[in-house]
Amino acid sequence: MRPLNRKLVRDLLAMKGQAFAIAMVVAAGVAMFVMYLSTFDSLYRTRDAYYERQRFGDVFASFKRAPLRVADAIAAIPNVSAVETRVVANVTLDLPGFDEPASGRLVSVPAHRRPLVNDLFLRRGRWIERGRPDEVLASEGFVLANGLELGDRVPAVLNGRLRRLTIVGVALSPEFIYNIRPGELVPDDRRFGTFWMDEQALAAAFDMEGGFNDVVLGLAPGASADEVMARLDRILEPYGGLGAIPRALQLSHWTVQNELSQLQTFGVLLPVIFMMVAAFILNVALTRALALQRPQIASLKALGYDNRAIGWHYLKWALAIGLGGVVIGVVLGAMMGTLIIGLYNSFFRFPTLLFSVPFGVVVGATAMTMVAAVAGAYTAVRRAVRLPPAEAMRPEVPARYRRSLFETPLVSRHLGTAGRMVLRNVVRHPLRAAASVFGIAFAVAILMIGFVFNDAIDRLMLTQFWDAERQDVTVTFIEPRGESARYALARLPGVVAVEPQRTVAARIRSGYRERYLSITGVPPTPRFRRIVDRDGREIRLPPSGVVLSLTLANVLGVVPGDEVSLDVLEGQRPTRRVLVTGLVDDIMGLSAYMDLAALHQMMREGEVANSALLLIDAAQEGELAAELKVLPAVAGAGFKRAVIQSFREVMAANMSVSILINLIFAAIIAFGVVYNAARVSLSERSRELASLRVLGFTRAEISLILMGELALLTLVALPVGGLFGYALSAAIVGMIDSEVYRFPLYVSRQAVALAFLGIIAATVFSGLVVRRQLDRLDLVAVLKIRE
Amino acid sequence: MAEALFTITDLGKVYHMGEVEVHALRQVNLQLDEGKFVVLLGPSGSGKSTLLNIIGGLDVPTSGEVKYRDTVLTRADEAGLTAYRRQHVGFVFQFYNLIPSLTAVENVALVTDISERPMNPGDALRMVQLGERQDHFPAQLSGGEQQRVAIARAIAKRPSVLLCDEPTGALDISTGIVVLEALARVNSELGTTTVVITHNAAIGSMADRIIRLADGRVTAVEERTEKLSPRELVW
Repeated sequence: MRPLNRKLVRDLLAMKGQAFAIAMVVAAGVAMFVMYLSTFDSLYRTRDAYYERQRFGDVFASFKRAPLRVADAIAAIPNVSAVETRVVANVTLDLPGFDEPASGRLVSVPAHRRPLVNDLFLRRGRWIERGRPDEVLASEGFVLANGLELGDRVPAVLNGRLRRLTIVGVALSPEFIYNIRPGELVPDDRRFGTFWMDEQALAAAFDMEGGFNDVVLGLAPGASADEVMARLDRILEPYGGLGAIPRALQLSHWTVQNELSQLQTFGVLLPVIFMMVAAFILNVALTRALALQRPQIASLKALGYDNRAIGWHYLKWALAIGLGGVVIGVVLGAMMGTLIIGLYNSFFRFPTLLFSVPFGVVVGATAMTMVAAVAGAYTAVRRAVRLPPAEAMRPEVPARYRRSLFETPLVSRHLGTAGRMVLRNVVRHPLRAAASVFGIAFAVAILMIGFVFNDAIDRLMLTQFWDAERQDVTVTFIEPRGESARYALARLPGVVAVEPQRTVAARIRSGYRERYLSITGVPPTPRFRRIVDRDGREIRLPPSGVVLSLTLANVLGVVPGDEVSLDVLEGQRPTRRVLVTGLVDDIMGLSAYMDLAALHQMMREGEVANSALLLIDAAQEGELAAELKVLPAVAGAGFKRAVIQSFREVMAANMSVSILINLIFAAIIAFGVVYNAARVSLSERSRELASLRVLGFTRAEISLILMGELALLTLVALPVGGLFGYALSAAIVGMIDSEVYRFPLYVSRQAVALAFLGIIAATVFSGLVVRRQLDRLDLVAVLKIRE
Repeated sequence: MAEALFTITDLGKVYHMGEVEVHALRQVNLQLDEGKFVVLLGPSGSGKSTLLNIIGGLDVPTSGEVKYRDTVLTRADEAGLTAYRRQHVGFVFQFYNLIPSLTAVENVALVTDISERPMNPGDALRMVQLGERQDHFPAQLSGGEQQRVAIARAIAKRPSVLLCDEPTGALDISTGIVVLEALARVNSELGTTTVVITHNAAIGSMADRIIRLADGRVTAVEERTEKLSPRELVW
């Protein structure tokens, strides 16, 4: 090895503490980059391969019932390459061991062949056989969550008749990678499953023989889905069409896609901020290290080394530290990515979803790090190298101190000597102090985001389950029912109160922009289902017109006072133009609300309801559930207690992982920044501090001067970090905002306090590490050395 | 008459220290001959180091000219000066300026690495009688030993001139003598022109020529025929 490279290695070893701290900050950024982008890549490629292999559909449509010959008309639409007609039905499952009814989605598949689109991946068992109407393929999530085996029977209520469905195979579908019961927040594999059943058997059970109520299309490559959807809607219009949706809006696909774009955004944004912090610290540390190397730089120059060789030598310091960070970061990122993929595997159902780190991501991480290292080192190295050799030979001019602006007579009196030294030292290097403050503040922000989102999810639950949905049970009917259903429900065991609810499927349009949704009828003084905004405030409905989700209004480009078109997709299918009379900044989905009476009038119907909200006596929950399971008119029943429980379980698993990751990263940054600031200070001022010791100051007193500086920087950084944290949280909330759900931004005192405490702990820890070095200060040696 | 290695004409150097102008050198005229052992004597602040730095290409004058053989150094740019130092000049400093993270032999190799026809680093160390200690780090060597490593490092490139700035300034007498012996040996055995600056008049007794400086001017030049060996010096 060349002597200069040996010098490099040994110099790095000599400053290994600092080098390690900087490398760890780099590693944190790299780890995030690798974690997010590798996860992105794994998920993306797995999904696309899965779609390709199972021929995932391009256009989806549901309707009431169409005769099979309509399929020919659909197949004749230009650019349609495959048509798969299906019967899809929701059923109640009567699983042993559950008080409340679980529910299932039955999807028909042909018994004699594989589906042309949305083919299933058969994990275990065999395909269903013709002439055995009770055979089903069950979704893997449901089978695993309930510990079911091949051959097990699942009791289900099909159109009012109890049937025992026999599981002959375990399957997965690209259509239900994210398998969630419509209207719920998180998937619950224990209480909701998808079953694939023979086409004819399913049609027979639901009086659908010779017809179908769902269709999936495959399109020719490059074909426009819009054109096909428009034609499909026209064909299905007479059959109670509920509007075709493209793949992009299919719930499972949308969810996976949304996850992918978040991974990509965070995978670039966060690492870049980390790298900026790393570059800052590197700059401060290197500037100091090079100041200490002045005599050596002079020697090298005197020996005939040119600026380029010396510059490159010192640049290699930065690059070596950066590379160390890359290595640690890639390993760390791969470990965390495995963790995240594990989480995804509990959320998303793929045949196999494995984590791998693509080579390109490693190259990208390395390139990003090298840029940050060079950027961080540049000014420090340039300054050192440009020094004329004769000047480098002389010790650096003593630092020029002056009284800081803060030292008004009033302040000075209370400062004391130590305080004055601390203040002047901070003020003397304003940029450096600012960089440290920025770094620590960023650590505060990172930590805060974790706690804020924990709070946000709590808030979301609170708003959804206590402010908006106050009922204990939601019962959905197979068909809209009149008043009698309400009285029937009221007579069930444990039912305290019943509020009927009417929702109507509709297309809402403004110009060329449209969305399919349910219009909810709201009674003048709703008891259970209320309209609330993000912050949980109730919105009162005006007697006429519609109130829209703010997000929906933005999608349609309308404001209160504008008119929108409603094409109702059931009953007489009336079309109306109605006035937008209000907006609500709500948290979930795209909603439209109308006065209940106005809705009934528009539908030209009496007081019918298609669902009912129940308030119950918890003690009789079991009895009620047992009754509900067997009521033929009931399509399903959701118990709030169970929903909240599964929501909490999923969130607890998720949030604990992400808070842990944030905690580690914040600690690394805080430690890296503070430790470096302390080391640099110590190195610059060891002589001064040693002199103070010689003059009779105690160790505690000189520690105070050094620690005071760190304390001051941290103190300034905390509120700044609070602001960063707030801004970053707001930005992330904005990024997450989607048509499906929106987070309330709510920063609790607790979140801020926890973040502050975490950072203070990290600061104290790094302070103590440096303090140990301060205690070992060799007075005589320090005073003897010439700087 | 010996050939002139350096011809110095009307050399001046002014430093600006804040608002104060310091004239480190004023109108210096000198000629330094090939193969000679020259001692520059003068008190602190007399301009010795400035002169040495300019001759060595570490600093540039404010006025005047320095000619090395046929090259005018004062017209050379940064790259030219670096090349000049790399090929022709060996430096020895008062505080040795060894790289603390490199061993003795590695410090020497630092130079042999970038020279055109260097000595073997071990040979250079043996020349200053440090062959045994070549794997020691600077911190494991005494001051005198460190200075001899610095001399070995300086001569390993076979320079035309060896410039020594107070080479014994930080050493006690007996150690200083060992270092001076090493310098004398290099001068006589390799024929390297050696310029030593010092404020210790005794060292002048081992020189071919003594140049006295005071307040930035040359006050006296003394040619000597009878050189003493370092051991005979009276401090």
